[in-house]
Amino acid sequence: MNAVLLRRAVLGLFLLALALAPAFGGDFTITLLNYIGLYSLVALGLVLLTGVAGLTSFGQAAFVGVGAYTTAILTTRFGISPWLGLPAALAATAVVALILGWLTLRLSGHYLALGTIAWGISLSYVFGNVQGLGGFNGIPEVPSLSIPGYKFETTRQYFYLIWLVTLLALASIVGLLDSRPGRAIRALRNPVMAESFGIDTARLKIWVFLYAALLAGVAGWLHAHYLRFVNPGPFGLGYSLEYLFMIVVGGAGHVWGAIAGAALITGLKTWLQGILPKLLGSSGQFETIVFGILIVLLLQYASDGLMPWLDRLLPRRKVSRAPAEAKALGQAAFPARGSVILEVEDAQKAFGGLMAVNGLGFQIKAGEILGLIGPNGAGKSTMFNLITGLLPMSGGQVRFQGERLDGLPARAIVGRGIARTFQHVHLRPAMSVIENVAIGATRRGRKGMVSAALRLERAEERQILFEAARQVRRVGLAEHMDDAVGSLALGQQRIVEIARALAADPVLLLLDEPAAGLRHQEKQALAALLRGLRDQGMAILLVEHDIAFVMGLVDRLVVMDFGEKIAEGPPERVRRDPKVIEAYLGSAGTGP
Amino acid sequence: MNFDIALLLIQDGIVNGALYALLALALLLVFAVSRVMFVAQGEFVTFGALSLAVLQQGSMPGTVWLLLILGGLAFLADLAVAWKTKRWEGLRGSALLNLALPILLGGLAYWLAPLKPPLAVQVILAVALVVPLGPIVYRLAFQPLANASVLVLLFVAVAVHYALLGLGLLFFGAEGWRTPAFTSFRVSVGPMLVSGQSLLVIGSSAVLILLLTLFFNRTLWGKALRATAVNRVGARLVGIRTEAAGRLAFALTALFGALSGVLISPITTIYYDTGFLIALKGFVGTAIGAMVSYPIAALGALFVGLLESFASFEASALKEVIVFSLLIPVLLWRSLKTHHVGEEEEE
Amino acid sequence: MTAMLEARDLAVAYGKVEALHKVALTVPEGQIVTVIGPNGAGKTTLLAALMGLLPAKGAIAYQGQSIVQLPTEERVALGLSLVPEKRELFAPMSVADNLALGGFARYRQGARDLDAKRAKVYERFPRLLERADQLAGTLSGGERQMLALGRALMAGPKLLMLDEPSLGLAPRIVQEIFRIIVGLKDLGVSILLVEQNARAALEVADYGYVLEMGEIALEGPAGDLAQNPRIVETYLGLAEGH
Repeated sequence: MNAVLLRRAVLGLFLLALALAPAFGGDFTITLLNYIGLYSLVALGLVLLTGVAGLTSFGQAAFVGVGAYTTAILTTRFGISPWLGLPAALAATAVVALILGWLTLRLSGHYLALGTIAWGISLSYVFGNVQGLGGFNGIPEVPSLSIPGYKFETTRQYFYLIWLVTLLALASIVGLLDSRPGRAIRALRNPVMAESFGIDTARLKIWVFLYAALLAGVAGWLHAHYLRFVNPGPFGLGYSLEYLFMIVVGGAGHVWGAIAGAALITGLKTWLQGILPKLLGSSGQFETIVFGILIVLLLQYASDGLMPWLDRLLPRRKVSRAPAEAKALGQAAFPARGSVILEVEDAQKAFGGLMAVNGLGFQIKAGEILGLIGPNGAGKSTMFNLITGLLPMSGGQVRFQGERLDGLPARAIVGRGIARTFQHVHLRPAMSVIENVAIGATRRGRKGMVSAALRLERAEERQILFEAARQVRRVGLAEHMDDAVGSLALGQQRIVEIARALAADPVLLLLDEPAAGLRHQEKQALAALLRGLRDQGMAILLVEHDIAFVMGLVDRLVVMDFGEKIAEGPPERVRRDPKVIEAYLGSAGTGP
Repeated sequence: MNFDIALLLIQDGIVNGALYALLALALLLVFAVSRVMFVAQGEFVTFGALSLAVLQQGSMPGTVWLLLILGGLAFLADLAVAWKTKRWEGLRGSALLNLALPILLGGLAYWLAPLKPPLAVQVILAVALVVPLGPIVYRLAFQPLANASVLVLLFVAVAVHYALLGLGLLFFGAEGWRTPAFTSFRVSVGPMLVSGQSLLVIGSSAVLILLLTLFFNRTLWGKALRATAVNRVGARLVGIRTEAAGRLAFALTALFGALSGVLISPITTIYYDTGFLIALKGFVGTAIGAMVSYPIAALGALFVGLLESFASFEASALKEVIVFSLLIPVLLWRSLKTHHVGEEEEE
Repeated sequence: MTAMLEARDLAVAYGKVEALHKVALTVPEGQIVTVIGPNGAGKTTLLAALMGLLPAKGAIAYQGQSIVQLPTEERVALGLSLVPEKRELFAPMSVADNLALGGFARYRQGARDLDAKRAKVYERFPRLLERADQLAGTLSGGERQMLALGRALMAGPKLLMLDEPSLGLAPRIVQEIFRIIVGLKDLGVSILLVEQNARAALEVADYGYVLEMGEIALEGPAGDLAQNPRIVETYLGLAEGH
């Protein structure tokens, strides 16, 4: 059977089984499924936040608590409708999330995780200790939900509501990930690359964090009205850990893994809570022992989780992501050939006491390939980072088409038409070639996360993918269009970097050792591509070690050594410059 | 708040702060050497305190079973690796550390416990039962993940915390324990009455910190630990085994944890889950020291103790909220100070 | 002449991407062997594999004994030392402590002559004695390279591997470093030298390998390689006008 059809059939069966569950399952089963639904909702947010964006939160349970307590207080103390409790719960969650997000998302990596532990614990103590929140006894008699003519009371009645919300959340995340903002979110794990292609990583992190928190807040709202009781217990660090455990078990980057993980963990926990006290002969939360050990073993031996394994059971679909036809994206016009577009003046960069770049100055004209060469450690890559805004300059100026660039962030500089490749490739290895290249076109789209979650940006998405596919073909990687980048040879990965830079529609292209790792014929193809780009009017700045490649390609050379310019001019003149020969080739000085 | 109360709060704060400082240094050592943010450190505190409490009842503490079981598992893990690589040289050391030592200590505890030996012997025994748990936990949970990211290691540490928490409940039960004071000595310092227990805590902490400093600066093994902390590749290139350094660091952290537990048990009632919060406060101190500076970490921990002391007087219900919320501005300040976009940050 | 180090069919892969492919290389006892090649060819990977810092497939024999299974630390104990491209010094520790730790492997084997060994290193590098109490992180580039070399010598290596010792150093310092390397050879230490400064490397080496895209593209006595037109064009390309 066709792979796509088979996958749809499996999905259909799952939905059918879910729909029929209340008709066949006992009360215990339905209760369990309701919990799985609620937990899945929180876990879905974590898949996006932790699994995809790489931001670990040990505090999601606290957001569930904010949602639950908000609606519980409003409905019990002030008698307002639970349906008004929902926006109130979302608003409260959003406020808390924005404050905490603003504070903690600036932290990187493990500091962020530690920060989430801190506020997770703080919030759970707030729930337990603030007067008016009912202390550790909680808030009883939270009203049920009802709509005119229908009252949600039984477990079965809540079942459809909970799962409707959960599946909608799932659909929104599937849609979101398969879009321009989704690719940006996936690029967040590599902030250097993301910023270099126009992604405001700080802002995007906050949005992702907010969305994950809101899903937790909705789960809290449902929790309060379903259980009709709120106490601090389920909102502590232990539950936050369980949510994380769910997505790791499910397969951290996989949307369906949230549901698989929630089901597995909830089922296992229920079973352990039944059996462990009997086995151990005393009562207590002994499932934490088993969970703790299982997490350790899982991370040691099977950190991929369940979904990739399930995924392999079904045949791969072989549909290319490249659209057959789409309206072309708008392109910037090249400036007049021969006009100076980039001027570097007295550029300086100090690392501690070391001057990595020391008073360097040069110009690049439209329709020119300028080579920047020099021994290892001469400061060439540092100069790249100064132009593209990844490093702040210690002194000097960079002007692009008359405008000062120094001081601008990287994402603003790519917006002005300067795109680059990296010496050490910055690609997302698990994403396909076309998707990686499409990240380059991020700045050429407009639609945001909401449109993507609602799938309202399909036309623009087709344009972006069409453009990405065009660039992939242009650099000669059409046969690898839908392969994971990580499976390509290193030389080919460098070429993917070029395609991604081209997808950003640059006026000036910065290439950091593009020919390294290429075979002879591939080098010739690359040279032909670069000449073609130059002839269209693009300016290219090239750092390269392969002297033969550089000599045959560039119009002019700038030679650096110890952060300074030691020569400049046409290749044939530079290669005879005694200073260049001395610095570049050196000598052991031990010869005869 | 009058002056006398303030003095009392300061005394309280310094005593707790001194203990947090011990924990902060141990946490920092483990992080620097193994990159593990070892949040399960608190369980060593609990185990130390509760082992002493049980010994004082004249019974054998559950720590013995924990040690025997985990030690056995650690040996089996080493055996499996030896089997797979066909390299048997390391197995003798593993058997000594993971089998012989726990059996020896268990036998001692079984023999000595009913005799109710002097307090000093009980303290040594309680601490000795906990120390081998450090390297054993390292072997089981962290050694196989030597190349994992700090984040994964943190996740594992949280999981280890939960497993040990449950095991603590299983072996010590849910009730709280408080050991009698080591000394009834009291002395008046100006308007303040200082208890001998307080002086003991502060004095012991100071001595331990001094010993740790000497170890780091005067011995080649201490320098080797520092070397592993600052440059793992460099350390391997001079022949320092990462695993050996990790074992040593975890042994030291278990030692410091158990000693803190023994010192604190006459001051606070200890439940199976008390240690976690205590160690987390040490962690706040470590974070103030940016996970790199030993003196600042110790001072930070002292500050946490004082803050907690005053917070518990002014707003006792929210003292934990105040202490843990402190971590966020501290982390923020640190991460803003060390921010480079140019740095690669891969998963 | 016996082989100090012999690698056969050596392969290293990063994920699915192969960085080294069927590399065969021999370092005869008491000789300097160099590996040259462009950036990204796999030179550093080769040294990391020989040192056990990266898992490798294939055979590595050191003095006839297979070491491919041994961890780095045990290879150090056997007499292999690597001076890595990034030096990997203990920056916040003193020069004296860095050197002392260089002798850690021997100390663990029971040697208690660290101070005597260190005195010998100071004799070879008087500059390090002047800087003995200074932190390694505050040294200049040339001094760092000397410290890295000195630290490696503290282990009493029989085979010394050097990764780009000239990297980022001024020509005068490069000459000094290369003189020291030749001096070590005269003491009987076998040397495997990886360099992008092909000319300097071929001047001091007895034998050379050219590594391109993870494979040995060419090998031969260093003098022959220096005359080989292909090498001249690719690696000594600028030299025409010389």
